[in-house]
Amino acid sequence: MEITLALLAGLLVAAGAYLMMSGKLLPYLFGLTMISNAANLIIFASGRLTYARPPLVPEGGYTVTGAANALPQALILTAIVIGFGLLVFALALTYRSFRVFKTIEMDAMRASEPVPGAEAGRR
Amino acid sequence: MLLFWPVVIPFFTAVLTMLAWRSVPAQRAISLAGAAALLVAGLRILAEVVANGPVAAQAGGWPAPFGITFVADLFSAALVALVGLVAVAAVVFARADVTADQERHGHHPLTHAMLAGVCGAFLTGDIFNMYVWFEVMLIASFGLLVVGGGRAQLDGAVKYVGLNLVATVAFLSGVGLLYGATGALNMADLHVRLEGRTMETPILASAAFLIFAFASKAALFPLFFWLPASYHTPSFATSAVLAGLLTKVGVYALIRVFTLVYDVEGTAIQTLLLWIAVLSMVVGALGALVQPSIRRVLGFGIVSSVGYMLLGLAVATPLALFGAVFYLLQDVVVKTGLFMGAGVARRLAGAEDFDRAAGLWRARPWTSVLFLVPALSLAGVPPFSGFWAKLLLVQATLAVGSYGLVFAVLGVGLLTLLAMARVWALGFWSAHPDGDAAVGGPAPAAMLAPMAAMTGLVVLVGVWAAPFVDAAAVMATQLADPAAYLAAVTGDAR
Repeated sequence: MEITLALLAGLLVAAGAYLMMSGKLLPYLFGLTMISNAANLIIFASGRLTYARPPLVPEGGYTVTGAANALPQALILTAIVIGFGLLVFALALTYRSFRVFKTIEMDAMRASEPVPGAEAGRR
Repeated sequence: MLLFWPVVIPFFTAVLTMLAWRSVPAQRAISLAGAAALLVAGLRILAEVVANGPVAAQAGGWPAPFGITFVADLFSAALVALVGLVAVAAVVFARADVTADQERHGHHPLTHAMLAGVCGAFLTGDIFNMYVWFEVMLIASFGLLVVGGGRAQLDGAVKYVGLNLVATVAFLSGVGLLYGATGALNMADLHVRLEGRTMETPILASAAFLIFAFASKAALFPLFFWLPASYHTPSFATSAVLAGLLTKVGVYALIRVFTLVYDVEGTAIQTLLLWIAVLSMVVGALGALVQPSIRRVLGFGIVSSVGYMLLGLAVATPLALFGAVFYLLQDVVVKTGLFMGAGVARRLAGAEDFDRAAGLWRARPWTSVLFLVPALSLAGVPPFSGFWAKLLLVQATLAVGSYGLVFAVLGVGLLTLLAMARVWALGFWSAHPDGDAAVGGPAPAAMLAPMAAMTGLVVLVGVWAAPFVDAAAVMATQLADPAAYLAAVTGDAR
């Protein structure tokens, strides 16, 4: 199971990195989402993967044995929620900058650091 | 409970300013009151820590390794007090600088939400909780960058958001790997569990992820490109807070994690940090030499100063750590003052780029001096605070016998002086294209007062250095030997 998750995380990072290097803003964000899901998988695997064993302490017991650690799952939930917020903001920002700059090519967006002599700082 | 106030107060202020969304005067009043309350809370924590040593508080009463711990040693406490100080100064400065349009669109709530994130990151003793505070800080700063924004602001924000999100993912992965390898998230607990395990592969991998994450938040070479692209685009009040506090959070995280959690001395981590530090110093100073406006020069100046702070951490002797801590604390004031000075210069000259803004020395000599002092302090000229910071780093690098590093510290100081002299010559000395009058009108008192306060502090810390330097020495001792910190976290659950 760990092997499957590791391969999946690797695949997500590879695909995500490919998209992020496209030089366009929207694919960049999609790639970033894939990579952040790979990070979630890393945390998931770090809490051990078990099948159908709820992490409940039996009556009179002190610790659970043979069950997955529930804490990383809580961490992933937190990370997913935060990731949602960031992604929504980033998408809104992308849409807004597309409306303003009429492009999602990152190389063409030079309004904050105009190239000296070039016409990039036109208004 | 005291330790939670620096987070509760800004959040509460943010909510109240949002409730007063329609009334800008009400937002301003609440914002100022909130910032003042934050300063008081910060000073009270500082007084408590000075009197009793490190203090800790457990959220929800869960005992140490299980719940979320808030810890303040002297370093954290001083930083939180500085956050309060910068907050008050920035809110006053914003009165004259931030446009009504930006205020109507959420400048005040976002500022306070960001301050909550900054204070939380400084105080938390739990590494996953630190990730959460980083995100709070980050998403509020995203908003601040674009609020009421024009083209340049939007473009700067795209780069800031795009590159910081990558750092976020790296932070999360590093924390996940660290938890997988140790089963702990509490940094004091991690300190105990990682004793002598730094060279294990999963531990090193997690350290690499965390260095990547913190280095990009701190704008270190080669991950700094978002900073010069974005810090000069928002309002000057926002710039001043970002420059004074936000990159410091990245450096603070590096210092905290690489003194408390991981061993640095004699490991591959040390070599890596040394290279990053020196390259940041050099690249930042070289970049600052060619920029076309004050804020863009200062943006590269941040990269260079952050390199200095990291150098102190990377050399890893108690003396070097001492230098890094002192550098960081005084740089908060210097950078805030410099960016406020850039705002005043913009107001007086009516433009920001050097080719359209100049002549301030002739028009407003005293105001120009207010800018000159922190600029010289940045370059390390005595008798200002930056001089002592650089002196400590020179002594520390001399003590370990790395003459290359001594040369880097001094040489980059010289380059910084050159960059500041260029700002002075182009922006202040040379004649304004429209004659020497202050074409943008006089600078309002709300801008001059906080700027003068920052400059005054730079002079005070420079001339009357002993108590501040001694305090930094205590901080460095507490960082190098965290026994008191550990006792506070695991001991009494206050």
